[in-house]
Amino acid sequence: MIHFVLHSPQDTVAVVVVEGIKAGQDLTGWIMDEDRMINVKAQSDIPIGHKLAVKDLKSGDTVIKYGEDMGKTIADIKAGAHAHVHNIKTKRW
Amino acid sequence: MATVNSKTTFWGYKRENGRVGVRNHVIILPVDDLSNAACEAVAHNIKGALAIPHPYGRLQFGADLDLHFRTLIGAGSNPNVAAVVVIGIEDGWTQDIVKAIAKTGKPVTGFGIELHGDHDTILRASKVAKEYVQWASELQRVECPISDLWVSTKCGESDTTSGCGANPTVGNAFDKLEPLGVTMVFGETTEITGGEKIVAERCATPEVAKQFMAMFDRYQAVVERHKTSDLSDSQPTKGNIAGGLTTIEEKALGNIQKIGKTCKVIGCIDKAETPTKPGLWFMDSSSAAAEMVTLCAASGYVVHLFPTGQGNVIGNAILPVIKLCANPRTVRTMSEHIDHDCSGLLQREKNLDQTGDELLDVMLRTCNGRLTAAEALGHREFVLTRLYESA
Repeated sequence: MIHFVLHSPQDTVAVVVVEGIKAGQDLTGWIMDEDRMINVKAQSDIPIGHKLAVKDLKSGDTVIKYGEDMGKTIADIKAGAHAHVHNIKTKRW
Repeated sequence: MATVNSKTTFWGYKRENGRVGVRNHVIILPVDDLSNAACEAVAHNIKGALAIPHPYGRLQFGADLDLHFRTLIGAGSNPNVAAVVVIGIEDGWTQDIVKAIAKTGKPVTGFGIELHGDHDTILRASKVAKEYVQWASELQRVECPISDLWVSTKCGESDTTSGCGANPTVGNAFDKLEPLGVTMVFGETTEITGGEKIVAERCATPEVAKQFMAMFDRYQAVVERHKTSDLSDSQPTKGNIAGGLTTIEEKALGNIQKIGKTCKVIGCIDKAETPTKPGLWFMDSSSAAAEMVTLCAASGYVVHLFPTGQGNVIGNAILPVIKLCANPRTVRTMSEHIDHDCSGLLQREKNLDQTGDELLDVMLRTCNGRLTAAEALGHREFVLTRLYESA
């Protein structure tokens, strides 16, 4: 079972692709560009389609997805924690 | 299943001007909001005729009026349309649209309501529509090379699975269609925000890249001029955010997966303009689904690939809109709207080459006559883009 996917090995966030992820669950992730697996423990309940951090991020860090800049953190995010509008913001408009 | 190649064909309707359609509509086209009632009455009288009501067409001026005309003329001229009855409140603009559609060689007749009233107009227009429907019903599909196809794309109610699965599946299909001489388009100018440099690098020449960046910068200036907040409630939309998309950059990086890995952008067109050669075009356009798909119809595209994440239910009056989705929850809860389930990608059960081939198979079956989910469900969205207020 693949619980989350990353596009690039540089990505600092990943997408949950199954329903019902609970805090404390051991998760398997697939790095699509390299066809390689990684493991992270969920720190929070995360809905399908939402993201988790795959490494510890500090407030103000650039968030990488698709190997590209997708915005900045506005709070610290622990690896395995829910990463969304409460802790990430656009650098545009 | 075979991948498409240069020998691939489909069954379409060869029109008088050489273009090929995949549908055989007889449309009753209102010039303006006032004429919707008469058009709908004609379509009610004549089975097989399709009214495409819309809310605009009065007191528009300048570039906004030009776009209104270009969209209606383009819709009537689209090869998915066999014949057209145009109805407007007065004869002047009605006949302008009739004359422009007539350049395709297809049957078209216009009616002005003034000095006649709705009753007499509906009677006369119904007689013509009946002749058109019977004539069109005898037209036969003929086998056509895949290079006769014009394919558009735009995604909607995107979520993170769009960028992981459904959009790259369209990209894979586009990469396979480009060498076969298919004419393609993408757009959604504001939804490229954060990925604009990647698109510019994919332009075939520095001139095309410059034109693309000028269109991108112009749209950014529109956002800057009119915004009352940081736009985070509109781009990404509430639906996008519910689906897990966090920023416009993330949405854009997912969005542009639709142009594949190898396709070059060979040119840029303004809204509802007609491309002049095969290949992938960028259309400067709204990211609102029904507006963008209507503009694709007006540009002459005949089939549309529409990836969704959270489950957009859109169709179009002129174009078959093929929905594909990689979100297993959406595929489960909204299955009646999904033409192609590519959720297997996210469990590594399938690769992009496979889902791309499957999508092309669904596309060819649709072109050959299979109704899309949106067509079967009666989705006939036709939404005109406005540039500014009326005079």
